[in-house]
Amino acid sequence: MATFSSILDLIGNTPLVDVSALSPNRDVRILIKLEGQNPGGSVKDRIALSMVEDAEKEGRLSPGDILLEPSSGNTGIGLALVARVKGYHLKVVLPSNVSIERRQLLHVWGAEVIESPGSEGSNGAVRMAERIHGEHPEWVFLYQYANAANPRAHYEGTGPEIWRDCPEVTHFVAGLGTSGTLLGVGRFLKERNPAVEIWAVEPPAGEMVDGLRNLDDGYIPPIFVDLGGEELLDRKTMVGPRQSVEWTRRLAEVGVFAGISSGAAMAGAAKCAQAIDSGVIVVVSADGGWKYLSTGAWTDDLDTVVERAKRTIYF
Amino acid sequence: MAVEVRLPTVLRQHAGGRSAVIAEGSTIGEVLNDLVRNYPGMAGQVLTEDGTLHRFVNVYVDDDDVRYLDQLDTKVADGVTVSILPAVAGG
Repeated sequence: MATFSSILDLIGNTPLVDVSALSPNRDVRILIKLEGQNPGGSVKDRIALSMVEDAEKEGRLSPGDILLEPSSGNTGIGLALVARVKGYHLKVVLPSNVSIERRQLLHVWGAEVIESPGSEGSNGAVRMAERIHGEHPEWVFLYQYANAANPRAHYEGTGPEIWRDCPEVTHFVAGLGTSGTLLGVGRFLKERNPAVEIWAVEPPAGEMVDGLRNLDDGYIPPIFVDLGGEELLDRKTMVGPRQSVEWTRRLAEVGVFAGISSGAAMAGAAKCAQAIDSGVIVVVSADGGWKYLSTGAWTDDLDTVVERAKRTIYF
Repeated sequence: MAVEVRLPTVLRQHAGGRSAVIAEGSTIGEVLNDLVRNYPGMAGQVLTEDGTLHRFVNVYVDDDDVRYLDQLDTKVADGVTVSILPAVAGG
């Protein structure tokens, strides 16, 4: 067994596991990439490290600096880990209606939490962080939604790992949050094999948490526009809370303990499997189930869990 | 063809508070134009003045985003549900 000089060296190189037992089409294999195996517990460790090291390289970040970031959880947690190890102070703007474990994990690595109104969702956290950054331009604002080092982490890491472990991939399925995973992996895979299809899974924003007064308050991540997301994606499918929780439970039946957004991604992979004759689907599990135990996702009555999920941000 | 159109919270005020309404058409473009005709308060919110889909609106036929199908020309079959959702951040 190798030894590592830093916990940050454990970021990336996550395992790809065959979950074809759950495929609705026996001619379609499904492999799930377990990003929960990262040391901070999610796919966002990759972009946290990539954005911090990019800022260091550019001289925008020096020891003792303060970082500011809006996040519904995982990016904040990844950044908290990286910031603790590298000696930065992190302030995370976090919507109030995320699971309790997300908030606890931020405290584990010493991040400061600035709460944004839950009713305004992730959009509200972005708006508040932009306002705070205006008041404190000396704080370093990595801003995952507009930072090219976000998709680059996937273009240089996640994508090549998938190609190395499964060159027979025909379809790639992942959740659409900042769009970093889809943009980075999607571009890499299409450069290797233009026939690979990229499918995005989107959870409908819970009606209580969409946080919009009118549609002009909507938000599209700048990286999605800058990197031609609309041209890159082949399909975008919506997966609601009920299907997400059902598929999260199915994953547990084959031993994979994953977060609720992984259930959504898996539901998207199943839909993809039904739509094609044959193929190999690689789907991303963004995190493990640990942070969602308090939601009762595996243990409580399904209807109760689904109602609760509508009021919670789980992406 | 009459289909059910599900509305996001921000559009319901223009439809008497209803979360879903019926609109007619054989393509998404026809359905959305019919919607705006019946509920003029939605004009400019769903479709732009040029008749294109509003930037911050995602329209789904059942589960599929029409931007990745045939956009406004996407066919609407009998019995499908059309959903309008706002574009929001995640992550």
